[in-house]
Amino acid sequence: MKIQHRASERHVLTVVVDNEPGILAKITGLFTARGYNIDSLTVADISEDHAISRITIVTGGPPQVIDQIQAQLERLVPVHRVIDLTEEGPHVERELALVKVRGTGETRVEALRTAEVFRANVVDTTPESFIFELTGSSTKIDSFVGLMRGLGLVEVGRSGIVGMMRGAEGA
Amino acid sequence: MSEERSGAAILVECLARQGVEFVFGYPGGAVLPIYDELFSDTRIRHILVRHEAGAAHAAEGYARSTGKPGVVLVTSGPGATNAITGIADAYMDSIPMVVITGQVPTPLIGTDAFQEADTVGLTRHCTKHNYLVKDPEDLAATIEEAFEIATTGRPGPVVIDIPKNVQIATALQGDGPAPRKKRYQPRMIGAPEEIAEAVEMIAQAERPIFYTGGGVINSGPKATELLRQLQSITGAPTTSTLMGLGAFAADHPDWLGMLGMHGTFEANMAMNQCDVMVCIGARFDDRVTGRLDAFSPGSKKIHIDIDRSSINKIVPVDLGIVGDCGAVLEQMIACWGDRKCRDLGEWKARIAGWRARDSLAYPPGKDAIMPQLAVERLFALTRQRDPIITTEVGQHQMWAAQYFGFMGPNKWLTSGGLGTMGYGLPAAIGAQLGNPDSLVIDIAGEASIQMNIQELGTASQFRLPVKVFILNNEYMGMVRQWQELTYESRYSNSYSDSLPDFVKLAESYGWKGIRITDEAGLDAGIQAMLDHDGPVMVDCQVSKDANCFPMIPSGAAHTDMLLYGDLVGGTMEDEAKALV
Ligand SMILES: Cc1ncc(C[n+]2csc(CCOP(=O)(O)OP(=O)(O)O)c2C)c(N)n1
Ligand SMILES: [Mg+2]
Repeated sequence: MKIQHRASERHVLTVVVDNEPGILAKITGLFTARGYNIDSLTVADISEDHAISRITIVTGGPPQVIDQIQAQLERLVPVHRVIDLTEEGPHVERELALVKVRGTGETRVEALRTAEVFRANVVDTTPESFIFELTGSSTKIDSFVGLMRGLGLVEVGRSGIVGMMRGAEGA
Repeated sequence: MSEERSGAAILVECLARQGVEFVFGYPGGAVLPIYDELFSDTRIRHILVRHEAGAAHAAEGYARSTGKPGVVLVTSGPGATNAITGIADAYMDSIPMVVITGQVPTPLIGTDAFQEADTVGLTRHCTKHNYLVKDPEDLAATIEEAFEIATTGRPGPVVIDIPKNVQIATALQGDGPAPRKKRYQPRMIGAPEEIAEAVEMIAQAERPIFYTGGGVINSGPKATELLRQLQSITGAPTTSTLMGLGAFAADHPDWLGMLGMHGTFEANMAMNQCDVMVCIGARFDDRVTGRLDAFSPGSKKIHIDIDRSSINKIVPVDLGIVGDCGAVLEQMIACWGDRKCRDLGEWKARIAGWRARDSLAYPPGKDAIMPQLAVERLFALTRQRDPIITTEVGQHQMWAAQYFGFMGPNKWLTSGGLGTMGYGLPAAIGAQLGNPDSLVIDIAGEASIQMNIQELGTASQFRLPVKVFILNNEYMGMVRQWQELTYESRYSNSYSDSLPDFVKLAESYGWKGIRITDEAGLDAGIQAMLDHDGPVMVDCQVSKDANCFPMIPSGAAHTDMLLYGDLVGGTMEDEAKALV
């Protein structure tokens, strides 16, 4: 007998929660306990009184599993609401990356030129290195990082995705 | 008038205000301040169990039989970890329960202090919600929210972990409810258009079926009445899960018996052949559905559940209604108005045909009592006393479900979701406390009863006349049955060796012990159990190789039931073996 695996689709979920101890463990624990995937997770408190946090989760699974993930999250007492951005329609997804590159001479110039094309900012510089800051879609960051590999890439830090619905309405 | 109180005193005051009559618990270092408060409190009765798992199951038994939340109090570390099986059990079966655990003082948390366990971490996925309270100021609001969460929406266990220094430190407690923001609002009623659609589907159905579950019991006795009312105006044949038994009367002509793995032939065939299935407070558990791709292939499905995550979790349905079973049933009855139901004569005739297979028939005992007969006799001799039945887990549990007839709600207490051996005796203790005038019987297996046997002492101490009726087949019968069907009768470690003398064991705890060894003594033994005004343990020695049928083997469809007398190969495909 062999173990069967199922086809999956990518979804971005926004989860609005009470900012209380253990809430992140509850959410990530729910994903592991029920066998769901987390590709990316970001969290920060967003309200004036620090009482509410917004979590963005990128996950994948067959449609029925995605619906379950949303329902299971909504079942947690500190969760106010869950919005499936992928399901709701047009939305913006952004990620921030810090990319450190080391090099001199022609590769250093080429790195800087590429950064300009991608509209990355230089946030730290030494005679032999840069740290670039880049915001954009994950694919944009992927391709920037891909190009930097040939130009002395040292390390990459990525924030994970935050997302929001387009248009005037709030989540 | 507000009063400055210690955390422990605030806790006890809150429990009393919640109307808590009993706390099931066991003391230890991290809860001493609370025990000291209980010492002089006259409102709350503490029931000292013999093991913390017993406390949690007793609280479950109390809750399930009374509809009120069960309350548990245990110490930190091993007290909390011992209670976890009962907490997980309550979570699976949606039992309202509030568990207070002691914790090491806040400055010691995270230092691997004596009897420290990360209770909030350990119980995160087997509670509906849990808390670590770090300041007595927050205690009253937390406890009030905990009771609300445990008892409303889909009920479940809530853990409140209270460090010892928080029990001793003081805070001001007012007379009224503590101020808190209301953040838990379960959806209770269905949308009118969904109700109308459901009623229309049922009215059009030629072969309707009601498939009901524990949600109907959890919703309260009114839901049971409403279910019976809706059934009588629609005429729909009705089956139930293990957890839902009693919501519909077992002697009603439209009662199909329990469905699922050990359900009746007629219940499973009707599920398979229906054209409209109305699932009311059940959750399409694997024990109910059998092979999913063959589950009721031709039917339109309506699912009523208070937990939206239950809908479409396993079986996609045509209409999901999120709401409380009782409230939605009431809406449906109102919406049905004075419609007439279709003539279901043809459907009922087909069901009568399946019923004629007499799937619960079993062969006569050769030289031992058949366990099925023992349950039938127990039912016959007790039914006019409307007893509360608890069970352990195994064949005896299924035989109790099959051969004992349940007429009303809150009379049947069994560990369904988690299937916890050792549940029945403590649950019976909790049920007896909540229902002092009821006859409470734990139908047990000789292996399971040993898992919480220490609770015999609890029943003695609190003078609880519970009865334990052991169907002693000298095997972990359910394990033996699977080994017979799947592993060519290689009975690996399923024989109950070195059993105690149950009669002497009972007597040593101050119980009466009775042994029944043959059919001739069966009724007299049961009668002697009933006649004794105190706790009784009956060692009813039954056939060692009886099996529990009908059975849908794992991985098989509803239409592939094994009945008594069917030939079985004794082996199974790996795919089927891999299913639980
Ligand atoms: C705590 C726990 N451990 C193991 C099991 C697996 N199990 C299910 S039924 C069973 C045998 C129960 O034997 P007994 O109590 O004698 O009941 P019988 O089936 O013989 O009626 C076992 C070991 C379980 N359900 N619970
Ligand atoms: Mg046994």
